[in-house]
Amino acid sequence: MVEQAEIRVVHQGGSNITFREPAISSDSRFLLCASGHNVKVFSTVTEECVQELRGHTDLVTGVLIRPSNHLQAYSCSADGTVRLWDFTDGILIKVKTFPPSSEGSIRLIKPSDSLQLLAVHLPQTAGQLVETSDLSAVLSDVSPNPATVAFGRALMIFYDKLSIFCCCASRFSLKENSCSGRSNTFTCVACHPTDDCVATGHEDGKIRLWRNFDQKREYTYRTLHWHHGAVRALRFTPEGSNLLSGGVESVLVQWQYQQESQQDFLPRLGAAITHIAVSPDGALFCTSHSDNKITVIQSCVKVSSIIQGLVKGEAVQTDLMVDPRSKALVLNGKPGHLQFYSLHRDRLLFNLDVVQQEFIHQEGLDQFQVVMATLDGAGAWLATVEERKQETAEAELNLKLWAFDEPSQSFVLNTTVSTPHEARITAVTFDPAARGQTSLLVSCGQDGLFKAWGLTVPSPDGGPSWSCDFVSAYHGLAPQRCCFSADGSLLAVGFQEVVTVWSPASWELLLTLSQPPGNIRDLCFSRLSCSKFLLGTTSCNQLCCWNLLTCSLEWSTSMEVSLLLADPLSDNMAAFCHQDGNTDLFVFKPSEPRPLFSQKAVCSGRVSRAVFAPREVALESCEESSRWLNRSQLYFLTPLMVNKWAKYRPISSKLTLWERGPTLTEKKTSAGETPSDMEEEEEEDSDEEMETRATRSEEAPLETDSAGPVLSRAQVRELRRVRKLDHSWFSSLLDS
Amino acid sequence: MGEFKVHRVRFFDYMPSAIRSMAFNSHTERLAVARADGAVEIFNFADNYFQEKQVIAGRDGRSIEALCWVGCRLFSAGLDGEITEYDLENLRPRYSIEAYGGPIWTISGNSEGTLLAQAGCEDGTVKMFEVLEDRIQFQRNLSRQKRIISLSWHPSGAQIAAGMMDMIRIFDSETHATHRLLVDRGVGASKSREVVVWSVACLNDHTIISGDSAGKVQIWDGLTGTLIRTHLVTKWDVLVLAVSQWQDESSVIAGTSEGTIVQFQFISSTVGQQDKLWVRTRTFKNHSHDVRALVHTDSAVISGMDTQLVVRPLLDKVEKNTQESALRKIAFPHRNLVSCAKKAGLLLFQFPDHLELWRLGESDRNTPGESLPVKRKPEKLIQLKTKLQGEDHICCSALSPCGSWLSYATVAAVRLYRLQISSNNISIQKVSKLPRELKSVHQLCFSSDSCRLFASSSFSSVVVVALDQTDCKYLHTLKHKSSRQPIHILSPSEDGQWLATANTDCEIHVFNLRKMKLHCSVPAYSSCPTAVSIHPTTGNLVSVHADQQIFEFSLKQKEYSEWSRQLQRQGLHPLWLQRDTPVTSIAFNPNNPAHIMLHDVFMFCIIDQSLPLPEAKTKFYNQMILRSLPEPQRLRESHAFKTCKNFQHLLSVNLLEDLSLVVVERPLVDIVAQLPAPVRQKKFAT
Repeated sequence: MVEQAEIRVVHQGGSNITFREPAISSDSRFLLCASGHNVKVFSTVTEECVQELRGHTDLVTGVLIRPSNHLQAYSCSADGTVRLWDFTDGILIKVKTFPPSSEGSIRLIKPSDSLQLLAVHLPQTAGQLVETSDLSAVLSDVSPNPATVAFGRALMIFYDKLSIFCCCASRFSLKENSCSGRSNTFTCVACHPTDDCVATGHEDGKIRLWRNFDQKREYTYRTLHWHHGAVRALRFTPEGSNLLSGGVESVLVQWQYQQESQQDFLPRLGAAITHIAVSPDGALFCTSHSDNKITVIQSCVKVSSIIQGLVKGEAVQTDLMVDPRSKALVLNGKPGHLQFYSLHRDRLLFNLDVVQQEFIHQEGLDQFQVVMATLDGAGAWLATVEERKQETAEAELNLKLWAFDEPSQSFVLNTTVSTPHEARITAVTFDPAARGQTSLLVSCGQDGLFKAWGLTVPSPDGGPSWSCDFVSAYHGLAPQRCCFSADGSLLAVGFQEVVTVWSPASWELLLTLSQPPGNIRDLCFSRLSCSKFLLGTTSCNQLCCWNLLTCSLEWSTSMEVSLLLADPLSDNMAAFCHQDGNTDLFVFKPSEPRPLFSQKAVCSGRVSRAVFAPREVALESCEESSRWLNRSQLYFLTPLMVNKWAKYRPISSKLTLWERGPTLTEKKTSAGETPSDMEEEEEEDSDEEMETRATRSEEAPLETDSAGPVLSRAQVRELRRVRKLDHSWFSSLLDS
Repeated sequence: MGEFKVHRVRFFDYMPSAIRSMAFNSHTERLAVARADGAVEIFNFADNYFQEKQVIAGRDGRSIEALCWVGCRLFSAGLDGEITEYDLENLRPRYSIEAYGGPIWTISGNSEGTLLAQAGCEDGTVKMFEVLEDRIQFQRNLSRQKRIISLSWHPSGAQIAAGMMDMIRIFDSETHATHRLLVDRGVGASKSREVVVWSVACLNDHTIISGDSAGKVQIWDGLTGTLIRTHLVTKWDVLVLAVSQWQDESSVIAGTSEGTIVQFQFISSTVGQQDKLWVRTRTFKNHSHDVRALVHTDSAVISGMDTQLVVRPLLDKVEKNTQESALRKIAFPHRNLVSCAKKAGLLLFQFPDHLELWRLGESDRNTPGESLPVKRKPEKLIQLKTKLQGEDHICCSALSPCGSWLSYATVAAVRLYRLQISSNNISIQKVSKLPRELKSVHQLCFSSDSCRLFASSSFSSVVVVALDQTDCKYLHTLKHKSSRQPIHILSPSEDGQWLATANTDCEIHVFNLRKMKLHCSVPAYSSCPTAVSIHPTTGNLVSVHADQQIFEFSLKQKEYSEWSRQLQRQGLHPLWLQRDTPVTSIAFNPNNPAHIMLHDVFMFCIIDQSLPLPEAKTKFYNQMILRSLPEPQRLRESHAFKTCKNFQHLLSVNLLEDLSLVVVERPLVDIVAQLPAPVRQKKFAT
């Protein structure tokens, strides 16, 4: 069943679990949330993921407990299906397909792409796959955001920018009012469960309670104002006794219905609230936060548990790293923090507070951000760079060095260097070969300097600390990249168009390499048997390989490489190339003309963060195209906002559909099939049965793509004619 | 539009008095407003909120705490312990009755208009007065209580709810039985302080709503005496409540000392069901200071310590701004407090208890388009204090065009002074013997040659007095039989032949001063004239009305002029009609007879009768655009209304004899700066 050669992308994790509002089971024990293509079932008590409902082939856009059976849940997805699950056992009960680009289910009516609100009647049939044509369009011209629709006692409310509509019957609008730059446009809506009262949240932080909307022009409203930022979520408790609201202030506000001057607050929830869900008995509240976190709150007083996904701030600014000790992925997470994320368990291990300053929950403030982080080879030292950009003043910079503390098993701040460079820091790297006390750190700044930092001798009043050992510049050019060779004997620094190679031992400039035009974008020493090669990419879409022994250009080829990566455990290199809106992946050895592996359209968009994660147990695979994955796996972060993990893995018959969402991917050979993977295998087989013809038609071209560069005899012959060092076949291969 | 040298006068320290109490008569749509200095004003809401009965001038030491309409009769009560009825035709108090109960806090009439209830302070009784044809008569006392602050009749007249310290008491007006509702005190530090029920409202379904000094609005069941609901509205006091008069009492507004108004509505919680409850809905803040008086019609009428009257539409369902739905603020009186001696360059400012005579400044330079240096500063020549019996306030004043006569009137008396002003010598001489006919005057005016004084007197009559160097002599009383309403505009013509009068019945009469008899009456128009003037050369009478319409009436032909008819045919520009302050004076440019100069509080306008009238589509305020256009196109684009908004908050605009304009401004910020500090409130992010 398992075909050895195939390698594919698998979404490994890190999905946005706060994309849509979570659903709480009626006994308040489980929490269901949409997570990429899957639905995850968490326990509200232990915070563990107890079940993952797999089957959708596109983003899940809504989850709802079935009102008539509390052990079943509906989910709808952008793939045009609604699925009914038994979520405690993870069994798929029913699939309903819709005409393309529409979504919906009973009482969970989602606006579709064509911006129609559909009411769907679910027929009771025995079969698992149900084609539904029994649709009735309730409304058209609604916004695709589900927060714009709410259901009340027997009415349905939705709104557009400045007016709200009450189930086609009446419409009230507000005068546009944008005093002091804040507008009163609607941001969210909620309906009271028993009374005819609609609560709307507004951009200027106000909440309006509308009443009396049956008579045509007699409606009235009351304004509540506590939030200073926009109101992002509103929810009535099931009895209607309280109204919950949240926004960027990260405070859950509870208003007593009919006594709105009395409010209760639950502050310090960590990040801006995006959704609020309430359990049917009203005992549990769940707040989704903008940092991919779900907080479970008991009776509005106590945070009982926190379910944390991969934290994504506004952008991933640090490189991806693998902590050698914990094998966790390290990247910036919450504002001012570094997160340590377990790749295998898809959950956050811990946060390291780097900035150590209070984060102010307010829009439009410039606060410290962790922009760079690097670990040394043994994981004993961590260097972080934090930056605060200000429009008027110069950027504030701090370089912090952290030592791993064995007793507490975490990093402890050792040295803080304020303003290490006069301008922005472009690269920081540790000497990978250095051991223990002789560590060496190199930083490059836009002020035209690169500095080497070393540990000083321990002073009597404290331990060793870091100080600047060496400062150098090259013709006033700004260094962009720096890279150590694997043994730490060479340091390559890219100064705009020029690559300089230095000896860290004597700080001599050994040689300069240049391949104009175009500035150096990426620099990477090759490892092991190919360690004589230095690879670099330029902004003119050149990939160059220099031989350091001959001090000459070994080969170069023209391709737009967005990311160049060296596997630390082998001599392989990976290059992500951006072409036609998609990213292609090449894995190659610098010494060999032919790539080990290539794959077109790994994902759409530009991949800018990836990492080789070492395997715990090396695999023995003889298949040539997958041998490069024997010792490590490749993870990458897909560029779109909804983050997912994916991994390359071999599969018997077909490829799953490529994600539109970003993916962190892992490449893996077949031999490492774990029991859980086998389970997945089966599920996917069942998926396949349910796949409609529409998805099948998409398979064919992908399969041919994934087959890799199978060269015809004529092509091989042609290749032989080409000079050995000419690597321009790369581009011709791309064009073919 | 012509170029003028402008005297921009900002030294008139006019300070309106805070509004204390209001009463609205829904049958006649008249609002009576009592100010802190004892003045009473009447606004006609049916006619664009025009302040028609201008002043029943106040008096020192008289403060009105409550106003009440009984039918078309207006009663007031105050802390001096008297009940006063007003004579609205002659604009003076008709009589006052001592209630023998100490200071009076509130007064209220029953719905039939037969009984008046009044609460005493010191002895704490509710006194009932019977309203008779020409007076009121004490009927009986209800049982003695603590100090009574507020009163409300049940619409049937069977019950009276009275708010007092710490409780509300309900009297049965027939059986004299009472029961009481105890009102909670505030929490915390204010627990030890008595709570004052500032306002109480008794609804048709025996619901009683109270507002108190602990900041609560409470809803009670008046039959069982149980508290239904408490709304904590403010940290400070709820000063006043008003029940909607237009639709089955389903809305109540409450005014607080923060300056906010909170609306409560009687709404069913689910659509189509009968169980209704009082829900707090909207909050408005139009005032910086205490809201002391409220009236709830289809829009809220709010007024308070910051001296402005605000008419606020309560439902902003209206998608577009129309004249009816717009918020109105009435900050300035709709009459002239400034008289100007055109020939002498003097200004007379009228204050409640004194007059100020100022000489305008001079400048020797004459460069257009910039502010000129003042060579001689304006100086205050005379400050004339009233020393009349009873300390009545001045209700009108006038300065003759030559600057040699000055006259003012209070409710009781008229004073005439002769002024002699040379460059360094000022003498003022009171004319001691005035004709007996000059009494009960509410408008004064001098003829343009300063030898006649016109005074509008009781029963819509005008007394004409001849003045010469030493004395004054009664000449005639001009009278028209049709109306008894007071004359509020007197406008003599430049040549001394005509006198136009306008009264609040919307009539304009023109008298021939040579023959001393009525010349003609202008056809009556439904809206009250706010300014009337006779053109010096053409002899046409121009009138502007409260609904912003303009008419021109030829006195020779006794018909509307051709221009006026064309204006009516074509209609005025919508932007002109949307202005919310009335035109208070009309002047003419002697150099260009086609120019009519008008002003209201926010703009000054010259109508050029020789230019075409603006179409509804054309841009109304086009002065800046016209300036940028080339000459031929400018002529094509220009229209008759030339508006100047450089000067704001105008109290008066006059054209002097040397063709310089005198513009008297009173910026609102200056008035606000003189108000006492409002209740301090923490503002977010400060």
